[in-house]
Amino acid sequence: MSKFDIFKHELVPKAVVLSKEEVEELRRLYGIRKEQLPWIRRSDPMCRALGAKPGDVIKIIRKSPVAGEAIAYRYVVPW
Amino acid sequence: MSSLTKSIKSIKFGLLSPEEIRKMSVVNIVTADTYDEDGLPIDGGLMDRRLGVIDPGQKCQTCGNRVGQCPGHFGHIELARPVIHSGFAKNIFLILKSTCWNCGRILLTKEDYEKYSRLMKKYKERWPHLCYKITDKIIKKTKLQECPYCGRKQYKIKFEKPTTYYEEHPEGNIKLTPSEVRTRLEKIPDQDVELLGLDPNVARPEWMVLTVLPVPPSSVRPSITLESGVRSEDDLTHKLVDIIRINERLKENIDAGAPQLIIEDLWELLQYHVTTYFDNETSGIPPARHRSGRPLRTIAQRLKGKEGRFRSNLSGKRVDFSARTVISPDPYLSINEVGVPLDVAKILTIPERVTKLNIQEMKKLIENGPDIHPGANYIIRPDGRRIDLRFPKDRKAIAESLDIGYIVERHIRDGDIVLFNRQPSLHRMSIMAHKVRVLPYKTFRLNLCVCPPYNADFDGDEMNLHVPQSEEARAEALILMLVQEQILSPRYGGPIIGAIQDYISGAYLLTRKDTLLTREEVSQLLINSNYEGELPPPAIKEPEERWTGKQLVSLFLPKDFNFVGRANVCNKCDYCKKEDCPYDAYVIIRNGLLISGVLDKKIIGAGQPESVLHRLVKDYGTDVAKEFMDKAFRLFLTFIDGKGFTIGIDEEELPREAKDRIRVIIEEAEQKTMKLIQIYNDGLLERLPGRTLEETLETKIMQVLEEAREKAGEIASQYLSEKNSALIMARTGARGSLMNLAHIMACVGQQSIRGERIHRGYYNRSLPHFKPGDLGAKAHGFVYSSYKDRLNPIEFFFHSMGGREGLVDTAVRTSQSGYMQRRLINALQDLRAEYDGTVRTTNGLVVQFKYGEDGVDPAKSDHGKAVNIDKIIEKMMGA
Ligand SMILES: [Mg+2]
Ligand SMILES: [Zn+2]
Ligand SMILES: [Zn+2]
Ligand SMILES: [Zn+2]
Repeated sequence: MSKFDIFKHELVPKAVVLSKEEVEELRRLYGIRKEQLPWIRRSDPMCRALGAKPGDVIKIIRKSPVAGEAIAYRYVVPW
Repeated sequence: MSSLTKSIKSIKFGLLSPEEIRKMSVVNIVTADTYDEDGLPIDGGLMDRRLGVIDPGQKCQTCGNRVGQCPGHFGHIELARPVIHSGFAKNIFLILKSTCWNCGRILLTKEDYEKYSRLMKKYKERWPHLCYKITDKIIKKTKLQECPYCGRKQYKIKFEKPTTYYEEHPEGNIKLTPSEVRTRLEKIPDQDVELLGLDPNVARPEWMVLTVLPVPPSSVRPSITLESGVRSEDDLTHKLVDIIRINERLKENIDAGAPQLIIEDLWELLQYHVTTYFDNETSGIPPARHRSGRPLRTIAQRLKGKEGRFRSNLSGKRVDFSARTVISPDPYLSINEVGVPLDVAKILTIPERVTKLNIQEMKKLIENGPDIHPGANYIIRPDGRRIDLRFPKDRKAIAESLDIGYIVERHIRDGDIVLFNRQPSLHRMSIMAHKVRVLPYKTFRLNLCVCPPYNADFDGDEMNLHVPQSEEARAEALILMLVQEQILSPRYGGPIIGAIQDYISGAYLLTRKDTLLTREEVSQLLINSNYEGELPPPAIKEPEERWTGKQLVSLFLPKDFNFVGRANVCNKCDYCKKEDCPYDAYVIIRNGLLISGVLDKKIIGAGQPESVLHRLVKDYGTDVAKEFMDKAFRLFLTFIDGKGFTIGIDEEELPREAKDRIRVIIEEAEQKTMKLIQIYNDGLLERLPGRTLEETLETKIMQVLEEAREKAGEIASQYLSEKNSALIMARTGARGSLMNLAHIMACVGQQSIRGERIHRGYYNRSLPHFKPGDLGAKAHGFVYSSYKDRLNPIEFFFHSMGGREGLVDTAVRTSQSGYMQRRLINALQDLRAEYDGTVRTTNGLVVQFKYGEDGVDPAKSDHGKAVNIDKIIEKMMGA
């Protein structure tokens, strides 16, 4: 079975899993705990495509009509 | 007030255990009677004096306090047999379904059990919010036919709303009594309870089956004595009486060894009463009713809905220091002001602390007392005693005794800051701070420029006024909420406060090229606009000196102000002649001088981005903009007042020639319609894509008729004089449109319902005046007449149908959008934009990483954009 790469779809934003150091920097930048980020389920197609595990933080780079490019972060939770 | 402050870190909800209910109870209620013959509460009855005091003057038998102090105390009823708490019926069902009836263990294989226990432990540490997911999964997974612990066969459980459970046996369904349910729930070990999503320390599952019922204090269900001396009890008391009565009967029958059937009947009745005691709108059972037939208002009904405790008493509090009355306009007020009736000003007060600077003034206020306007209603002494100034005769003596540190509750007076509000409060400009102007008569008065943000008019609208009581509140209102600080709306980057209606007509008439004013007229206009300064040299010196309206407007503009834009009267020509525009629609302001162009809606109107008003606020600040609106706008009104601006129906009269031309147009359209119908009848009409033949015909007819109406309107406007007031209003954007004018003069046109011609009514025709199947214009709501020519009865009827649809639509839309607004506000009310640009909830959860993704405050933006590059370039080039 061929697997469809969701990131090839134009409506799916780019996303990457952050490294430990990057997460640490992000936490310091916003002064928050990881759980205070918006959550995303591990079962979300984006997490599955990235292979993100619970506890990871993913960075999402979206197209934005007002800002051109907007960056968001998601904390991966189980389920 | 003692100052012991504690902060709540968290709240945990649990169930009341029978022991807890007994522990917090002060009396076991045993009799259904409330009062004896002497009208005294019966001990052990529902009005037992130990439950708290409700009559003033008495002392509580439990805590010894009097009415305001005694919090009320719970009692309890010992139920003869347990009953299901209907609020937990669903949970009980799920728990019964997933546990063994014999030993109470969860019906999972031992491996699964291990796995989920481990998972649950891990989740409790890392993702406590997600524990419920495991419980959901466990409940879904329990399908074992046989208990892995005791080996007993399991039966399927069925739940029948609201409180009945059956067990499916091969012999048939067996009803589970609440007692049976309770014993099963009791058997579930604590560790299994935890896996089922409950904390066994505060919520054992068997507590969902009631054996003891708490009786709320009498202050929760006070009885009222009617004028006739008859006591009337609260609905809750009535319901509790029912419960006790049945409970006693059940007890007697059990003790007497009555047949099982009778006991079961009574038991079920008890269950019914307890269920309706909690929620009298439980589905599946008839609501308990009062003797009059009115359904009883029990616990759930007290909390639920718009009139419930939450929405009515907790989110919707009533406040002191507020006033409400009808509003009316006053163009002589500043936009920052509100006119307050004298009678209101003598009731609303501000507490002012007496200092050595204001003591003389305060003494004077006290002497004036509550009935003379700048006066005072109360004095609060440093020891907290209040002196009511209404009663003492010798206020002079009181004034003399006034000392530093006292607080005087003085009347509000000119310049005080108050909050002014009109419902529905849909956006932040629905509540703005105004400065008080105490005025005679009985209405609140406001400047017309603030009508748009409040969405107010003067057809009977009422508004509310609130008086902030502390220095902080006043400072905050003044700095953040003052009307001039709200000129720019966060809805779109533009001013929401600005000129409307006559301001626009006046500005247009004043700034037109042909307006030339004498020295007397100029002086009159400027003095009325509070202008202080030199008169500019007249634009025309010979033969007599004359000033233009543009010159006068320029006096109120900042000296270095530059602006270029197109007015509303612009014809949007293919080639714009700019300064030489025949309509004078090209507005140029250079160095604070209006060089060309007229002022109208696009330039000074409310809700117009990229207007003069917008630039003034953005580039010169709110003070300058406010000053412009207070002075220049007054100029416009004074001018239009002096000139006179009116319409009469004879001005909308058309010459015979025009009428003939219109009639020809309409007759042509009618013929075209007939031809279309003919083609259709001959079966020669070509179907439009995606439409049926009938629909095609309808669309084509509508097109033809609409075209005719448009043409008729065009003809009518050709015959209108340039001086016609209605035309000026339509062109400048002050009020009305060219279409409205066409309706009045030429032809009202097609009336529609749901975007279609009118078809409803009689069988195959809209009214009995027409032949069945008539497809013509007249038979389906085309109004040939103009309003001025009068509508015939049939046209009038069709017009009413169309008008009614409009009314119904607005009514439906407002209720729908109101509900949507409520839900949005509930979801968003606690979010806030933090200083680091993120949007967060109160507990610090990030919702947006940058407000609106670009971090731009729309109120401070240029039409949504952070910077307006065109304007900047224009400015640089100009300089
Ligand atoms: Mg109104
Ligand atoms: Zn008490
Ligand atoms: Zn078992
Ligand atoms: Zn033009």
